[in-house]
Amino acid sequence: MSQQPALSTATPVLQVSGLETHFAARNGIVKPVNGVSFSVSRGKIMGLVGESGSGKSMTGYSIMGLIDAPGKVVGGSILLDGREVRGLDAESLRALRGNRIAMIFQDPMMTLNPVLRIDTQMVEAIQAHEDVGRHAALDRCRAALAQVGIASPDQRLKSYPHQFSGGMRQRVAIAIAILLKPDVIIADEPTTALDVTIQGQILAEMQKLCRESGTALIWITHDLSVIAGLADQVCVMYAGRIVERGSVDDVLDSTAHPYTLGLLNSVPSRNPRGQRLRQIPGMTPSLLNLAPGCPFRERCAHATRECLEDPLLEPVLGHPTDAASAAHQVSCHHPLQTGIST
Amino acid sequence: MSVFIIRRLLQSVLVLVVMSMLVFAGVYAVGNPIDILISPDATQADRDATIRAMGLDRPMWLQYAYFVKNALAADLGKSFAFNVPAIELILERMPATLELASCAMLMAVVIGLPLGLYAGLKPKSFAGKTIMTLSIFGFSLPTFWIGLMLIMIFAVFLGVLPSNGRGATALLLGIPVSFLTWDGLRHLALPAFTLALLNIALIIRLVRSGTQEALLMDYVKFARAKGLSDARIIGVHVLKNIMIPIVTVIALQFGSVIAFAVVTETIFAWPGMGKLLIDSINVLDRPVIVAYLLIIVTLFIFINLLVDIAYSLLDPRVRLGESDS
Ligand SMILES: Nc1ncnc2c1ncn2[C@@H]1O[C@H](COP(=O)(O)OP(=O)(O)OP(=O)(O)O)[C@@H](O)[C@H]1O
Ligand SMILES: [Mg+2]
Repeated sequence: MSQQPALSTATPVLQVSGLETHFAARNGIVKPVNGVSFSVSRGKIMGLVGESGSGKSMTGYSIMGLIDAPGKVVGGSILLDGREVRGLDAESLRALRGNRIAMIFQDPMMTLNPVLRIDTQMVEAIQAHEDVGRHAALDRCRAALAQVGIASPDQRLKSYPHQFSGGMRQRVAIAIAILLKPDVIIADEPTTALDVTIQGQILAEMQKLCRESGTALIWITHDLSVIAGLADQVCVMYAGRIVERGSVDDVLDSTAHPYTLGLLNSVPSRNPRGQRLRQIPGMTPSLLNLAPGCPFRERCAHATRECLEDPLLEPVLGHPTDAASAAHQVSCHHPLQTGIST
Repeated sequence: MSVFIIRRLLQSVLVLVVMSMLVFAGVYAVGNPIDILISPDATQADRDATIRAMGLDRPMWLQYAYFVKNALAADLGKSFAFNVPAIELILERMPATLELASCAMLMAVVIGLPLGLYAGLKPKSFAGKTIMTLSIFGFSLPTFWIGLMLIMIFAVFLGVLPSNGRGATALLLGIPVSFLTWDGLRHLALPAFTLALLNIALIIRLVRSGTQEALLMDYVKFARAKGLSDARIIGVHVLKNIMIPIVTVIALQFGSVIAFAVVTETIFAWPGMGKLLIDSINVLDRPVIVAYLLIIVTLFIFINLLVDIAYSLLDPRVRLGESDS
């Protein structure tokens, strides 16, 4: 399960294996993260894709150690640069957060504190980890703001969040994330709330920033078309599990999991004009007391009795590009034959 | 900002004018002070002379006109009972009441804020639940009963704290205050706590619900994602957000503590404005009652203005020019 993709030559900077996060609800246990494994290397971008409620944000929060009660990370390991992060005491975790591993949230309107000035919110992020004076810290804030394409940073630093548009706020959040040049940035659908033009700009900027600084980026989204132009690797998540993963080319062009195919078919641009979008039938299952077996079987055209048993995440067989086949993995009893994609 | 303040001052004048009319009419309706002020065995000539000297022979509207004319010259009339300017009488008593009210509110904040924060951060803990249960007492027990109980316990049974008067005072900028002497502080303790109790409960509840709400916000999660310490997240990010409603309540409560210190001052024989008001109502000392009410109204207006300014300092989204309607 924790096997590394053979494609990445560099050792992964973040290696997550068997991650499990449970919420104790009144009438059972919710498992939004149920044995998630993946790894990312420096300078690489990994897309984490899935429908709403599939546990993408929870995966990010689990890695950051930001799961609130009644939730708890109950299993698995998180290796950051080879060092186990899970089970670290609160202070060591705090020292990592924002410093070695940063996160950008879904809704830019809510992430910045409305009553604190931008400079306060940026400087404190530096001073939480480094013993630098306000002056030196401000210089770095200016540089970071300029890097994410904010004009006249000096004036902007003295503003409050409400004086910014949504796109600007998200840029500020990104600037805060890159302030300390972390090893890993988890970006939780940072562009969903923004319009398409801004979305494109931010995507391009993030891509450039990561390639240049060697930061590993985990880009969470529900939109496979975003991933196509951005990521190196893709993990497709469904009901708290990774159901397919591999390089972008493998997953998008030789799709093996019926769910991934369903996601692909519901992307407008991939459909012939005038044809109705093909939606995945049914709804995401409730994660409360989820029965064993393939969670997708109820919505799957290929389901058989066999699907009542848990499928394992295994290399896709009969792959045309043999070298990459070990990296392309699927968790399905009836993986799609290569070539029938789309 | 200055435009805002000027506009507010003009509004305040209007409020004062309306209030003065209402107060004047109200006091006029309560009763005739002559029956109380002049001894029954005075001659008719004496009676007439006194009535004329007090201006009570004139019709009400003319009395009001005279009152306004004098008020513009900062003269709110002479007390019937003491024959000294009413303003002087009130201002003389004001420091005692202000001191009592300030101490009570300070106590309320110093005790209420940390307890409320704790209850908000650890709502499920035993201590958190205990705090909330105790705060219900603060709400439901009547002030006079608390005052009497405190006197019973601390003054009568234990005999550790005095329950009567201001104690020794020291001069601060020419004004006598109790809190600068040990004896004065001991005298302050019981009445201030009596007045503080309801406000402690109020602040605990406000701070707790504010904290719980703020903790769920994304900006707190983002602050944690930045690696900030808990102390900074709670002390800066949470506190600054919940301060806005709390400042309002503290300020408005400060006003009502001053206005309604009457009961507490009476129980503890605290020589403040409240006690003066009760005495004045007993003898229908109109000028003192009118002056007292006008001063209280002015105080409320002033506090409200301060609250609005504090708002704009605490919440950058509030612009002073636009906040009033
Ligand atoms: N406090 C909680 N108690 C119980 N279950 C929870 C709680 N918080 C989240 N969950 C569960 O976690 C699941 C995954 O949530 P998550 O926010 O990770 O989804 P997501 O993939 O990020 O979706 P979206 O695209 O809408 O952001 C949800 O389906 C929800 O049932
Ligand atoms: Mg999410």
